[in-house]
Amino acid sequence: MSELLLPPEHRYAKIIKERSNEDGSELSILNLGPTHPATHGIFQNILLMDGERILDAEPTIGYIHRAFEKIAENRPFYQITPLTDRMNYCSSPINNMGWWMTLEKLLNIEVPKRAQYLRVIVMELARITDHLICNSILGVDTGAYSGFLYVFQFREKVYEIYEEICGARLTTNMGRIGGFERDWSPKAFELLNTFLEEFPVAWKEFENLFERNRIFIDRTVNVGAISAEKAMAYGFTGPNLRAAGVDYDVRVAQPYSSYEDFDFKIPVGKSGDTYDRFCVRNAEVWESLSIIRQALDKMPEGNEYHADVPDYYLPPKEDVYHNMESLIYHFKIVMGEVPVPVAEIYHPVEGGNGEIGFYLITDGSRTPYRLHFRRPCFIYYQAYPEMIKGALLSDAIVILSSLNVIAGELDA
Amino acid sequence: MALENTAIQEKLVETFAGDVFNFQEERDIFSFEINAKNNTAIILFLKNDPELRFHFLTDLCGIHYPDNPIDRQFAVVYHLHNWYENKRIRIKAFLNGENPEIKTVSNIFLTANWMERETYDFFGVNFIGHPQLKRILNMDEMVSFPMRKEFPMEDGGRTDKDDRFFGRTIDNC
Repeated sequence: MSELLLPPEHRYAKIIKERSNEDGSELSILNLGPTHPATHGIFQNILLMDGERILDAEPTIGYIHRAFEKIAENRPFYQITPLTDRMNYCSSPINNMGWWMTLEKLLNIEVPKRAQYLRVIVMELARITDHLICNSILGVDTGAYSGFLYVFQFREKVYEIYEEICGARLTTNMGRIGGFERDWSPKAFELLNTFLEEFPVAWKEFENLFERNRIFIDRTVNVGAISAEKAMAYGFTGPNLRAAGVDYDVRVAQPYSSYEDFDFKIPVGKSGDTYDRFCVRNAEVWESLSIIRQALDKMPEGNEYHADVPDYYLPPKEDVYHNMESLIYHFKIVMGEVPVPVAEIYHPVEGGNGEIGFYLITDGSRTPYRLHFRRPCFIYYQAYPEMIKGALLSDAIVILSSLNVIAGELDA
Repeated sequence: MALENTAIQEKLVETFAGDVFNFQEERDIFSFEINAKNNTAIILFLKNDPELRFHFLTDLCGIHYPDNPIDRQFAVVYHLHNWYENKRIRIKAFLNGENPEIKTVSNIFLTANWMERETYDFFGVNFIGHPQLKRILNMDEMVSFPMRKEFPMEDGGRTDKDDRFFGRTIDNC
């Protein structure tokens, strides 16, 4: 049977031929994916199975590869944000802001405090939605559908806030060089306040449903555990690493956008298993809520929402029609003819899944000479075969969703 | 910050002499070049030296410089991070344009495995000793290396789009 699925030169075919069990049973091949209903995204894994146990796995990725790095080499800087949206589409604002901050580092632009705080708020909202999706889907994969349905409406609420800020919902393309494209409306703050009132209640209830749930604990404790050393060797960052007990967080190690002004904890786990990853994400949601509240409290007076950088920041539309200067700036920015220094920049931000890095090389022209995205999902997904070795097939599904591998970020 | 750039530089020059050069503080990252032939020894030293402790490979990627002299047309860039001192460094190794090859670091950092496959996939850099050097994001049947500068992004035969009207030429876009 297995010979039909694999070419004879495949290493699994060889293993199956050489190894037969004493009771006469034989090893088998299971093709999980690319489009399997239990994997959220397009992942293919060829599994070598002994009955229900996984002996080895061979992942194939790249099914939604869109050559973002190549496209970015042919686009002016402001047109690259939509590409970053589509990497980790569960938390696109973090990617957007990371990209703007990379450019601001390149151009030495100081962003006003108020705009930085607004960015912090929107990035933490994005982190909440990211963790919310991951944890509730993990619930679904263990058979608990109601938690998912219960908290998912709050993702909708966050998307309404995004909509109020930038007009888009999923792929937000939010912000500009130096800040935001417009000030946040009173409605946005109103929605935010409602969210801050309603969401903690639901999240507490969600936690109660899972954290001490016998079935959930049985399905997740000691499933897909990874040691801290292994996790670091595999380049883990973000909640998956913190679940293994390493308190590395870019927001603290290299604060950006005024994260140093806020007081928050970095939750860590112990064993790095699926349950710890779940708990770390849960705890991070609480920290994110606290950061948002602090940012709202400390928000500087006034209505500054962008830096004063006419070379890079689009002028108001009325001025473009009536004012020569503005028209010139508008034209130059839209055509991508902005002055850019020759430099190499690496800027990391803490994304939903770990350190998202933007390695940008400019040669003074209208487009990047080279832009490389450090995508946490791509980096830690290579540990997946090792993590599922010896596990059951149903555990493999749970481990995949607890790692929160987002296909868009995996394949770029 | 306890770990100073000069300390790193001194230590490296002391051990590897001419194989490490062109040290500079580039914006917020200390960066330098290494001789590609000696990359594994240098990176292993950076990782294991009790003072340097660059134990985390943040990123590895390739760059194509078609306008450089033939022996400097490709570069492999390593971003290393020391979490104890919170210090990042960037290492560049330039490679020959016709036959880009460099030793793998996937036995030093497990995470380099896929990063090197990605670099091979896009630039055709041959990582000597890599356990499974094959394409990762592109399809296996592909013959070219798409991130090289000469690889066109769009179909060259397209006639519905004339970029000259927007001030773009082949050189500036």
